[in-house]
Amino acid sequence: MGILIVLAIVAVVLFWLIGAYNGLIALKNRVLNAWKQIDVQLKRRHDLIPNLIETVKGAMSFERQTLEAVISARNAAIGAQGVAATAKAEGELTQALGRLFALSESYPDLKATGNVAQLQEELSSTENKIAFARQLYNDEATLYNTKQMQFPTNMVAGMASATPAELWEIEDAAERAVPKVDFGFKPPAA
Amino acid sequence: MTDSNLFEQQAKNRRRSAWLTAGFVVFTAWVGFGGDLGIYLATKDAQEGYRHVVPIIGLVLSLLAGTIAWRSWAHGAEQVLRAAAASELVEPATPEQARLVNVVEEMAIASGLPKPRVWIVPDSDPNAFATGKDPTSAHVAVTEGLLATLDRDELQGVVAHEMAHIRNYDIRLMTLLAAMIGAILIASDLMRNFIRYGGRLGRPGSSRGGGKKGGNPLALVVLGIWLLTLIVAPLVTRLLAMSVSRKREFLADATGAQFTRNPMALASALEKLEAAVGATRSIAKGAAHMCIVDPGQRVLGGKAGFRGLGSHPPISERLARLRAMSFLPNRSPAVLSE
Repeated sequence: MGILIVLAIVAVVLFWLIGAYNGLIALKNRVLNAWKQIDVQLKRRHDLIPNLIETVKGAMSFERQTLEAVISARNAAIGAQGVAATAKAEGELTQALGRLFALSESYPDLKATGNVAQLQEELSSTENKIAFARQLYNDEATLYNTKQMQFPTNMVAGMASATPAELWEIEDAAERAVPKVDFGFKPPAA
Repeated sequence: MTDSNLFEQQAKNRRRSAWLTAGFVVFTAWVGFGGDLGIYLATKDAQEGYRHVVPIIGLVLSLLAGTIAWRSWAHGAEQVLRAAAASELVEPATPEQARLVNVVEEMAIASGLPKPRVWIVPDSDPNAFATGKDPTSAHVAVTEGLLATLDRDELQGVVAHEMAHIRNYDIRLMTLLAAMIGAILIASDLMRNFIRYGGRLGRPGSSRGGGKKGGNPLALVVLGIWLLTLIVAPLVTRLLAMSVSRKREFLADATGAQFTRNPMALASALEKLEAAVGATRSIAKGAAHMCIVDPGQRVLGGKAGFRGLGSHPPISERLARLRAMSFLPNRSPAVLSE
């Protein structure tokens, strides 16, 4: 009888272990998948920018500085590695694009061609997609982080080699001087 | 919504879908065999001529119900879309259509679901619905009027609401309901005509039988219940559809707001949809519960007295809840009711 009770307890603990472990792995993969979603959209944005520059170059040639800022921000963003660096570079690109679109408002003939309006819709949709992908990534990462820190799942975290995922800070992470904390979570390189 | 809530909601909708299908088949079988019983009773004492012994109507109807249930399951979404005369948007032709495709892609990302297929319903009244079996084979349909009426943020709010229906598996239940409501309405119409016709036919037999004090009282009670179900069935299915959709609209509003993080965009979209007083004619009555706002004439909308009757909760109450989500003061104190 005693053996049976011990066996039952062992079985329950074992089942819980398997469940908790698999749960963590599933969450981890969801975080990775969400990161991939951001990646896809970032690449799309990088691909759209040369088109945009090409279209507005003629009419806005004397806004050289703004155009060059966009190009260099894009190139910096393509080279960025890791969550924090990517977030920072993409934030700068967003700002550069914002300035460009703000300036283009004062060129009525640019708006009239329709081509720019179409590109602007594409780019602002891509911006939205990045924002929503980031939102999904942060939600999934928070879920994952909470799960692996909560008792009793935290006892399995080591076994599932779960480390907290870095959240995508919104814009100018550097300016706000957040202390740099490296939890060692490395998303796949961009 | 936390994950466990989501899974609970999905499981509940899957379960309800299965129950609905079973209920539909059982009900139709009951209609059929009940009819057989009636004719059997009417002809049982006949000395010569036809005697209804084989329950042929019940067998045929059961088979038919099984086929309809299977078709609703496999092709319900196509049926609903075809009934609304929707055409799929593959290559966007106008800026508005391009915007719609973009917005759907954005919301697919925000909800973490695959991108649903996009359909346009040729109707100038603004409305939208989602259909399909599960998130991997889902459809979102909007009317031309919706594209013309809403701005980008509002369109996003509406599409997010539809994505919420998709994620919660509401679409499966709603689509099955739409397909089966249609079938039940037709079937009960047919049976009622049949009774009228059959009543004339059976009268000589029953008068002859009456002389012999024929008729098992239990069978007559069964027959009475059978008649009652026939009369009540269309009403019950309609009420079922309404009650099923009312609660889900609130939930989809909330989940949609979670996708966009912009509850006020959906609120202002709902206000615009409410202001369009026309009816969405392309959408059949049987599919009314699928739409974001009731496709019928929106004259009674928002009046608290009609709360129990509509397939949708009053817009004013949905607005109040959305405002509460964005921490805005409410003009109506309806948030906590229900």
